[in-house]
Amino acid sequence: MNIPAELKYTASHEWVKVNTDGTLTVGITDHAQDLLGDMVFVENPAVGRELKAGEECAVVESVKAASDIYAPVAGIVLTANADVEGSPEVLNQDAYSAWMFTLKPVNPADVNGLMDADAYRALVEAEAH
Amino acid sequence: MLKQTPLNAAHRRMGAKMVDFGGWDMPLNYGSQLDEHHQVRRDVGMFDVSHMRVVDVQGDDVRGFLRGLVANNVDKLTTPGRGLYSCMLNPEGGVIDDLIIYFMAEDWFRIVVNAGTADKDIAWMREQAAERALTITSRGDLSMIAVQGPHARSKVWAAIPRSETATATMKPFNAVEFQQYFIARTGYTGEDGFEVILPAAEAEPLWQKLFTLGVKPAGLGARDTLRLEAGMNLYGQDMDERTSPLVSGLAWTVDLRSERDFVGKTALQRRDIDRQLVGLLLLDKGVLRAHQIVHTRYGEGEVTSGTFSPTLQQSIALARIPLGIAPGEEVTVQVRDKTLTARVVNYPFVRNGKSCLTI
Repeated sequence: MNIPAELKYTASHEWVKVNTDGTLTVGITDHAQDLLGDMVFVENPAVGRELKAGEECAVVESVKAASDIYAPVAGIVLTANADVEGSPEVLNQDAYSAWMFTLKPVNPADVNGLMDADAYRALVEAEAH
Repeated sequence: MLKQTPLNAAHRRMGAKMVDFGGWDMPLNYGSQLDEHHQVRRDVGMFDVSHMRVVDVQGDDVRGFLRGLVANNVDKLTTPGRGLYSCMLNPEGGVIDDLIIYFMAEDWFRIVVNAGTADKDIAWMREQAAERALTITSRGDLSMIAVQGPHARSKVWAAIPRSETATATMKPFNAVEFQQYFIARTGYTGEDGFEVILPAAEAEPLWQKLFTLGVKPAGLGARDTLRLEAGMNLYGQDMDERTSPLVSGLAWTVDLRSERDFVGKTALQRRDIDRQLVGLLLLDKGVLRAHQIVHTRYGEGEVTSGTFSPTLQQSIALARIPLGIAPGEEVTVQVRDKTLTARVVNYPFVRNGKSCLTI
């Protein structure tokens, strides 16, 4: 299972990268894309939208099902990746380079409350049983 | 404990993602559902449909029994091997199941029913047959492999020696018994092909033989997008015991012209028809899904099946909406917090690899 050590994770299967400037890049995990299957539709949040932690803010849809994406922490949407909206299949090809949106967190310390790779791996393995 | 088909181990070896499908442990896909879909449209693919049930009805006057049991007219079946698609209705005119009936001989008709409804179907058939000298046999000893796509028949001919002679001139919706195989020119994809019914022990050898001939397996995921593009109803989604075939796009399968009586006929004749099943083509981005609400100028309707069409690269759906809304009109569909625009279209959406859309 592909779970990069340098990223943070949510229980709802988003990954979060903390950039050097303190902004966050958000995507869905390799496990999430594997569960959903072939992606055919992505809807990102509007740039400038203020998100509460855990708020539904985006949608990914595979042929099989629709799945909500939740804000990992509170923040303001800085950019949204138009490439994944135009070609949702990139989420299947490489979930960690196919980022969805970036956030400026309200409180930079909030990311410390997210899971690390080991904790996320344990969660995924527990869900499998 | 989920039920397994004789191909369960083969699916796992081939890397299938398995899912619980109505109590059966079945392959959803073997990697990419989209690739499997295109494979069937462009070349050939094979499906394990052994969860479906074969029911043999034998005895005196099977035809007379079936005349009263199903909504389509079995008198259309005059030559051995001929198949007929029909609904089996309850007295209220709701659909107990949709099925295919094959005429084997006057004392033997073969019925293929859905997996999830098989036990209920057989119980109903036995109840209806109570007074008759009939034997209704559930053929759990048989498996079924569907080989579908423009190159499906030639692959089956290569896999089953000498089967070409027996089936080359056979028309769609006909079947023939060939050695231990029952080969029907039917399917659920909108492509040419065969559904092969065979003894359970023969399933894996045929599956492997087809695989070595280059036939890739396809899962239930692709089966669903293929059937929806082909405009074929799915029992439990597009119709069920509470909906009549007349509001499910299946009026063409109901014979109300002949004098014969059948279960549900009176109810069908009495019911007001105020709804219709139509095709929807989503004009906005997004994906139509079952149970989304459709708004039309004559009131609300509901999506019964929806998906992303891999062939059309657009979302399509079947929806039950008020009568009077015609193909070409636009309607709106509520998808989460958005109101999306869709066009009412005739279906099938895709047949034999090509779009059928004219508007």
